[in-house]
Amino acid sequence: MKSKFGLGWLIAVYLFLYLPILTLVVFSFNDSRLNTSWGGFTFKWYAEIVNDREIREALWLSLKIAFFTATASVILGTLAAFAMVRYTKFRGRTLFSGMINAPLVMPEVIIGLSLLLMLVSVQRAFGFPERGIMTIWLGHTLLGMAYAAVVIQSRLMEMDKSLEEAAMDLGCRPHQVFRLVTLPMISQSMVSAWLLTFTISLDDVVLSAFLSGPGSTTLPIVIFSRAKLGLSPTINAVATVMITIVAVGVIFGSIWLARQEKKRAEEQAAAYREAQPT
Amino acid sequence: MSNRRKPIVSTGDRLLGAFGARTVIGIPYVWLLLLFLVPFIIVMKISISESDGIHFKDMFTISDGTLTWNVKWGNYAFLASDALYVKTYLSSLYYAAITTLICLFIGYPFAYFMARSPAAWRPALLMMVMLPFWTSLLLRVFAWKGLLANNGVINDILLGLGIVSEPIKMMNTSFSLVIGMVYAYLPFMILPLYANLVKLDIRLLEAASDLGARPLTAFWKITVPLSKAGIVAGSMLVFIPCVGEFVIPELLGGPSTLMIGRVLWDEFFSNNDWAMASAVAVVMVLLIIIPLAIFNKYQTENAAREKGRA
Repeated sequence: MKSKFGLGWLIAVYLFLYLPILTLVVFSFNDSRLNTSWGGFTFKWYAEIVNDREIREALWLSLKIAFFTATASVILGTLAAFAMVRYTKFRGRTLFSGMINAPLVMPEVIIGLSLLLMLVSVQRAFGFPERGIMTIWLGHTLLGMAYAAVVIQSRLMEMDKSLEEAAMDLGCRPHQVFRLVTLPMISQSMVSAWLLTFTISLDDVVLSAFLSGPGSTTLPIVIFSRAKLGLSPTINAVATVMITIVAVGVIFGSIWLARQEKKRAEEQAAAYREAQPT
Repeated sequence: MSNRRKPIVSTGDRLLGAFGARTVIGIPYVWLLLLFLVPFIIVMKISISESDGIHFKDMFTISDGTLTWNVKWGNYAFLASDALYVKTYLSSLYYAAITTLICLFIGYPFAYFMARSPAAWRPALLMMVMLPFWTSLLLRVFAWKGLLANNGVINDILLGLGIVSEPIKMMNTSFSLVIGMVYAYLPFMILPLYANLVKLDIRLLEAASDLGARPLTAFWKITVPLSKAGIVAGSMLVFIPCVGEFVIPELLGGPSTLMIGRVLWDEFFSNNDWAMASAVAVVMVLLIIIPLAIFNKYQTENAAREKGRA
């Protein structure tokens, strides 16, 4: 009885999580303009988004920003994770950890407003930067870095420090230790951090709205302004395309990660076997 | 950790030396100072500056050898005296609290059953919680518009089954707002709870049962206290961003569901009153500063615990 109740609870919550996504996909093939009644199967909304210049340009811009955001976030997040895990004492560590954790929960309107006002002050003093791709990238990377730091940090903490120390004792130079020991151990978490920050950037409305300038409209801004006006079947089609891209990416990504994990475990087991005295 | 000999030099220092330490810590530190702390100080400054909307006087001016401060507290006085602002702050806290409670009510049993499920299922179950989180939040919130509208899917089903005779108004009410926020933030509640509950030593519950405790007693006296860290983390991850949420109230809320994130947005984008928007932001931060501190403390403690286990 108890486990039946448990199973029922799990199924109910999964339905709650997935039904809205399912309706988006189903209605993207709906011939009726209304989002409610079924008017037959069609691909016309997909044809419409292919011909929609605004959406095409916004998508391309969003992908570019997401790529650079994810890359910068992983680099900065890795540094920050190292600072947090490998250096337990340095001046201002409390402030540092506070500043890393805060963007995870801080309402985005506050981050967006304060970044914009700072950039405006800088621009009034020095004449740059103009609002555009660059400023959106700065905002997204601030957010992405915090997420990347958390993901990579938890991996670094699991990692056995003695491996690095052993490598150093055996005469590895610091860059060799990093390349041969540390990097392979954390590379998977770096990949998942990259994917996560890519999707965060691709989805962000609030920061982009504050930081974008004329001619730098990202896809979420376009979707958001159309969604505010009402239900539009083209958004369903855009949603389905994006959901498919992300689902395929995440599924292949996790298969790849699982394979890497298995390969590493096998290599480790082999190394231990060899090290064992016979 | 305590029984281990502390290394004299940290691994980081051995690996990179003092110069490396300065680089590894310095780059993200400066980045965060410039893009997170300094901007917020500027917001505080602008909130008390004299301005004509988007241009600001300097904090102080020196003329004829006398120093004049150009500080005005008018924005804050206005915030405190205007009933609508006060009401909006309270209503934001209220909706955030309701959302957090509902997430906890749905998420706790969910995480509990997930943690008690066969070990082979768990990665897949966890993956299925994460997957919606990877797809666009904006689009998932948009989907609720189609579900909840007067001629939407849910009303169609209810009408078709003859449960109601005319559509129930669900969109642009506090119902649609809360359902949207619960939907969006539920994974943030489930993940820390699950991480916590999955580590729970099942033998403690067996011991309680052997000693005659009923399952419900054992649950309240053992499981809940031991998962406190997860409850706190999950609640903060939901509550804090919900207070200032903008996208969900804008798409699913109505004129009567007051949320401070929308007010800030309107002050900035519609009224072009940057000083007022800044004051609204500063007060919002004051309201969430204690939850933020709790969240930060939890994150730090959690990190220390993980490290202790490793």
